[in-house]
Amino acid sequence: MLQKNDVAPDFTLYATPDQKIKLSEFKGHNVILAFYPADWSPVCSDQMALYNEMLKYFKKYDAEVMGISVDSKWCHMAFAQSRKLHFPLLADFEAKGEVAKKYGVYDEEEGECKRALFVIDKEGVIAWSYMSPTAVNPGADGIIEALENLKSK
Amino acid sequence: MSLKPKVSTADHILGNGQADLTILEYGDYQCPHCGAAHPIIKEMMAELGSQIRFVFRNFPLSEMHPYAKPAALAAEAAALQGKFWEMHDAIFENQNLLSERLLLDIAEQLDLDMSKFKSDSQDEALQDRVDGDFESGMLSGVNGTPTFFVNGQKFDGGAEDLVQILGEN
Repeated sequence: MLQKNDVAPDFTLYATPDQKIKLSEFKGHNVILAFYPADWSPVCSDQMALYNEMLKYFKKYDAEVMGISVDSKWCHMAFAQSRKLHFPLLADFEAKGEVAKKYGVYDEEEGECKRALFVIDKEGVIAWSYMSPTAVNPGADGIIEALENLKSK
Repeated sequence: MSLKPKVSTADHILGNGQADLTILEYGDYQCPHCGAAHPIIKEMMAELGSQIRFVFRNFPLSEMHPYAKPAALAAEAAALQGKFWEMHDAIFENQNLLSERLLLDIAEQLDLDMSKFKSDSQDEALQDRVDGDFESGMLSGVNGTPTFFVNGQKFDGGAEDLVQILGEN
């Protein structure tokens, strides 16, 4: 798993069926990358739904949050519509798990991303990373602390 | 993970305010899991209320539950007339009927001053209070609702697990 001070590997992934996102286009902003195993986990404890409620707090730190899983862009679209998500979900779908592997957070056995968080600074360098047990939604306190530390740097 | 900020007199407190055991819930009035936890908490407080300081903080998941925040504001507005827990209980007990109308009906049944209740519900200071609760939950590692804290430490389990552990001790 990539750690603090590693350069965040660039990638280009589908965010919607006809739109791709390139990480390096976000230079100048902080980025929160949230790798997660799969769309459609139970509602009230869903990690993406939780971050959806926190967008205005992330904005305060000039941070863009993006979810990443191996689900397809069509699955992401249905999931995002169903949960009214207002941030991008990226499809690490072809080649499957390629980006997760670069970040060292791919679960070969399940064929899914592990549940891992990265906060990337405005220069594209990893400021904080955290691996959560797959079954545990890590919440946002670690993210906020990392963003707070970047602000005071 | 520990609670930030700590429980203070600004919080809504039930049971024994001097008790050594503090149980805090971050909850959402429209969350079905919180609705299911409510009677369990009520029963726990009926039995052990003299030994527990119970605290409720708002954690409305507004995108998911459109009535969560209006309900939180209604409870806070009722609190300004000394009826927080009455409103809190009535909302959870009628969760399946939750609507703007229900909140007004409950307020009337609680004999609240309705014009004050309505204007307080829109008041920015109450919005800030609810947002402040949410923010404190975010900083404390709340990852869904309900999330409980026991003496300031996050408890990994639901209301039933909590009651079971209390029973064992």
